[in-house]
Amino acid sequence: MALSQAEVLAGLAELVNDETGIATDAVQMDKSFTDDLDIDSISMMTIVVNAEDKFGVKIPDEEVKNLITVADAVNFIVGAQA
Amino acid sequence: MRRVVVTGIGATTPLGGDVATSWSALLAGQSGISHLSQEWVERYEIPVTFAGQAKVAADQSLTPQEAKRLDPSSQFALISAREAWKDAGEPEVAPERLAVDFATGIGGVWTLLDAFDTLKERGPRRVLPMTVPMLMPNGPAAAIGMDLGARAGVRTAVSACASGNESIANALQRIQLGQADVVVAGGAEAAIHPLPIAAFAAMHALSKRNDEPQRASRPYDVDRDGFVMGEGAGALVLEEYEHAKARGAKIYCELVGGAVTSDAYHITAPDPEGSGAARAVLAALEQAGASVTDVEHVNAHATSTPVGDIAEYTAIKRVFGDHTDSLLVSATKSATGHLLGGAGAIEAIFTILALKEQTVPPTINLDNQDPAIPLHVPVKPTKLSRPDAIAISNSFGFGGHNAVLAFRNI
Repeated sequence: MALSQAEVLAGLAELVNDETGIATDAVQMDKSFTDDLDIDSISMMTIVVNAEDKFGVKIPDEEVKNLITVADAVNFIVGAQA
Repeated sequence: MRRVVVTGIGATTPLGGDVATSWSALLAGQSGISHLSQEWVERYEIPVTFAGQAKVAADQSLTPQEAKRLDPSSQFALISAREAWKDAGEPEVAPERLAVDFATGIGGVWTLLDAFDTLKERGPRRVLPMTVPMLMPNGPAAAIGMDLGARAGVRTAVSACASGNESIANALQRIQLGQADVVVAGGAEAAIHPLPIAAFAAMHALSKRNDEPQRASRPYDVDRDGFVMGEGAGALVLEEYEHAKARGAKIYCELVGGAVTSDAYHITAPDPEGSGAARAVLAALEQAGASVTDVEHVNAHATSTPVGDIAEYTAIKRVFGDHTDSLLVSATKSATGHLLGGAGAIEAIFTILALKEQTVPPTINLDNQDPAIPLHVPVKPTKLSRPDAIAISNSFGFGGHNAVLAFRNI
């Protein structure tokens, strides 16, 4: 069963918190991973791979550079579940 | 010549999570060695089932994110360096005058081998992106350098079990040459993993006293049968003497010598003549402007191997001659096990505290001293009698590395 946007956001926020210690409620749709959340590329790759496991989706490496904001990632994962 | 003093110490060892706990356990004659209860001991039928595990797990004092991004060796290193830095009063020093010399014998072996397991079981995409910075041997030094903002250079000596002493000797030289005013120096190791244990056991270097782990590390005893692996880290804050005085720092003692030599004899066996080790002791004393009769205490390398303990005795006898009988020798690996690249650093701390408190720590498990090693090795804490005397600490490593430090009260 596909998860809703809100459910994916909550799950992604947990992954971000686990990797970086950033509070889950700071992970909001309009935030940029690099500019707002200060997540470096190594942490980003770890979060991406963990998100693949958690949501059962594939996030190709060439797609990762397009995931600028949290919304980009949430929407990609929601779409990839379908 | 610029003089170098010790203004801070920090450690996490099999005896305790900090210097004070480790030192009091050492003086009390406790053993830090215990059974390994990890599931991999049975799974791989590891022939040695005990080690000197860190008394306090590293993740107890680091944030989950710090722990996740650091190999256990770097975690121990950071914990010891933070304690030493705090102990030194967090000296104000320009980042460009602050350096790090921090060793490891093996590096991030847990990270490397975990990553290989991940590769085999789950494929390359699941290999952690942090794998390389976590496994590199300069990882502990780099972690400390970032934490303290050290910009005068961050360096790692890798010379097996002499690494810790070699890093401290390098730090001494760096301050003497005017390249830095303060250096955080020491070493760390976290190799209690089935592969290094199996590998050291394969070369018959480890004690196999599985039924009596706390009695297994027994330097100089006739029944010694190999070393016991330990883990942890030790860190010193070394500081140029005038710099320390100007800020009113607490000064433990002066690091008056740090010398490195090599045997070019055999990749693992010590030179039975002990000439390389002897030259290192003499060079350290020469740097101190001291003679052999100025030495009262030796923290020996003494790992509890049948051959190594005798070779070190031969070197000591060669250097000190008749004065050998006047030396109070401690083999603190009897209590801590052998921390490999971390050994020199924690033994430097024990040597510094022995000078400061004028008390040498006991050597435990010395029930029946080997008649071939007639050193004076106290089994109870024993007072030193000459406050101005020098104490030396020896470390030797596979590869024929010899590194000797000399300390003196100031």
